[in-house]
Amino acid sequence: MNTPTHTPTNINLSSPHAAALNAAEDIQGRSLWQDAWRRLLANRAALISLIILVLVSLACFVLPHFLPWTYEQIDWERMEATPPSLETGHYLGTDTLGRDLLARALFGGRISLTVGLLATSVALLIGVTVGTIAGFVGGRMDQLLMRFVDFMYTVPLTFFVIILMVLFGRNFILMFLAIGCIEWLTMARIVRGQTLTLKNKEFIEAARAVGGSTSNIIARHIVPNVLGVVIVYVTLTIPQVILIESFLSFLGLGIQEPMTSWGMLINEGAAEMESTPRALLVPAGLMTVTLFCFNFLGDGLRDALDPKDR
Amino acid sequence: MLSFIVRRLLIAIPTLLAIITVCFFLMRLAPGGPFDAEAPVPPEILANMRAAYNLDKPLIQQYGDYLLNLAKGDFGPSFKYKDFTVTELIGQGFPVSAQNGLAAIILAIIVGVPLGILASLKQNTATDYSVMGFAMTGIVVPSFVMAPILILIFAIFLKGTPFQLPAGTWEGGAFKHRILPVFCLSLVYIAYLARITRASMIEALRQNYVRTARAKGLPFRTVVVRHALKTALVPVVTFLGPGIAFLLTGSMVVETIFGLPGVGRYFVQGALNRDYTLVMGVTILSASLIITMNIVVDVLYGLLDPRVKYE
Repeated sequence: MNTPTHTPTNINLSSPHAAALNAAEDIQGRSLWQDAWRRLLANRAALISLIILVLVSLACFVLPHFLPWTYEQIDWERMEATPPSLETGHYLGTDTLGRDLLARALFGGRISLTVGLLATSVALLIGVTVGTIAGFVGGRMDQLLMRFVDFMYTVPLTFFVIILMVLFGRNFILMFLAIGCIEWLTMARIVRGQTLTLKNKEFIEAARAVGGSTSNIIARHIVPNVLGVVIVYVTLTIPQVILIESFLSFLGLGIQEPMTSWGMLINEGAAEMESTPRALLVPAGLMTVTLFCFNFLGDGLRDALDPKDR
Repeated sequence: MLSFIVRRLLIAIPTLLAIITVCFFLMRLAPGGPFDAEAPVPPEILANMRAAYNLDKPLIQQYGDYLLNLAKGDFGPSFKYKDFTVTELIGQGFPVSAQNGLAAIILAIIVGVPLGILASLKQNTATDYSVMGFAMTGIVVPSFVMAPILILIFAIFLKGTPFQLPAGTWEGGAFKHRILPVFCLSLVYIAYLARITRASMIEALRQNYVRTARAKGLPFRTVVVRHALKTALVPVVTFLGPGIAFLLTGSMVVETIFGLPGVGRYFVQGALNRDYTLVMGVTILSASLIITMNIVVDVLYGLLDPRVKYE
C-alpha cells in the first residue's frame, strides 16, 4: 500500500474538509517494525555494522568459489609461509603448510558464522519455548522450569561442553547443539519476563474468549509480541557463540582438520606469529571486526526496538 | 541471616551432587577410556591397570566408591599424572590460579569501577565514548586473541627494550612473569565492570534521594560515593560473584598460552587425556566455588540494599 489507490470523487475537492481528508489519506500507516527499521537506519554505527556483516558473510560464503586456491589445497611449490603475492594467487600469502591464508580465513569464517547461527537457533528454539510456557502457563510448570534454569546457571557449562566434545568426538553437529543447549538460559528468562507482562493484556483475554487453546495463543499471540526482545538478544548471542566455538577450536577441542574455524586459525597463527604475524592477524582481525559489528548491531537494535529508552 | 545462609548451603548439596552425578556418568558412558592413547598393551596388563584404578568394578559401585572417597576429601588418583592424586594436583594448581585470579579481580575493580563512574559523570562526552569504546574492545576481543597479540608486542617486537616482558614461562611466579597473564585475565572484567558501573550509576544519579542529598548541600563527591555508588554497586556485585569464581579456578586459555601451572590448564590436559578423576576434580572445585560465590552475592545484596529481606 505504497500509493493511495482510491481517490474520492464524490466530494467537492475545494472544501477544506476534503483537503484534510486527502491529506489524511496521503499519510501512510507505519507499523512498529517499520518504525524500528527507520530508527535502526538512523543509527550510523548499527547501519555500518550491518553493511560490514553482510559483506563479511558474502566474502565467507561466496568469495572462496572465485579464489584460485581452496582452503585445504596445498601448494606443493611453496611448502612454507610465503608472503602475499598476486602472481601465485595467494593474495595474503600461505601458511607453513603452503595453504592459502585468505581462503582459509574465509572458510574459517564460514564455519564460525554457521556455528554461530545454528547454535543461536537452537538456543532460540529452546529459550522461547521454555520462556513462553513458563510465563504463560505459570504455577507449578513455571516453578519447575525456572528452578531448572536456576540450577543450570550454577553448573560450569563450558566444562560440560568440553567434556562432551572430547568424549563424543569433535563433530560439527554435536558442537552447535551443545553450545545451543547452554546459551538458552538467559533467553528463557527474558522471554518469560515479557510473557508475564503480556499474559493479562486484553488481546490475550479476547483470544481465550474465542476459544483459542494454550498452544495456539502462545504461537499466534505471545511469540509475535516477544519477537522484538528476542531479536535483540539473538544478535547479542551470535557473537557469544562464535566466541565459545573459537575458544573450543583454539584449545584444540573444536572443529577438526582439514576443516578450520577462526579459533583454530588463531591458534595456528599464534604458534608461528614470530615469523609470520599475518597468520595470526588476518583471522584475528576478521573475527574481531565481526564480533564488533554484531555487538554494535545488537545495541542499535535494542535502541530501535525498545521504546522505553528513547 | 544465619538461617538464610544455612538453608542456601543445604540446597547447594543436592545441586553439587547432581553435577557430580551427571559428570561422572557422562564420562563413563562415553566411548573410549583413559588408557587408549598409550601404546597398545597386552590385554592382561590392561586388565591389571583397570583393576588398579577400580575401573573393572560395576559402574554403580565405582560411583558409590567415588562419592565415599569424595566425602573424605579424596578426589582419587590421577589417571595420567602417575604417582599424583588429584587432590595433590589441585593443591599445586589452585594456588597459582587463585593468586593470578585474585590479582586480576583487584586490578579489574580498581580500574573498571572508577572508569565506569567517570563515564557516568561525563555522560555523552568524549570521555564517556572513549571509555565505552575501550570497554567494547575488552568485551569483543577474546583472551585468545589478546594474549598472542600482547606476546607479539611485549615479548617479540619490544625485545631488547626495557619494556620487554617474558611470556610462556612461569619461573615460580616471578612478578614480571605475571604481568601479561594477569592483564589478559582482567581485561574482559575491566570492560564489563566499566559498562555495568556506568549503567547503574546513571540510573542511581537520577534517583530522588540523590537529588535530596545534593539539595541539602552535601558536597558532590560525598553524594557520588556515599549515596549513588552504594546502590549502583548492587549489579556490580552480582556480576563479580560468578566472575570471581571463574577467575579463581583459572582461565583455560590464558593458562595454556602463558604456560601457567594452574587448574585451568590441568582441566584442558585432563579432558584431552581422558583423565576422568582430574576432570571431575576441577569441575567439582569450580562448581562449588560458583555456588559459594552466589550465596555470598545474595548475602551482600542485603548489606548494600536495605530493601532486600532474607526470607
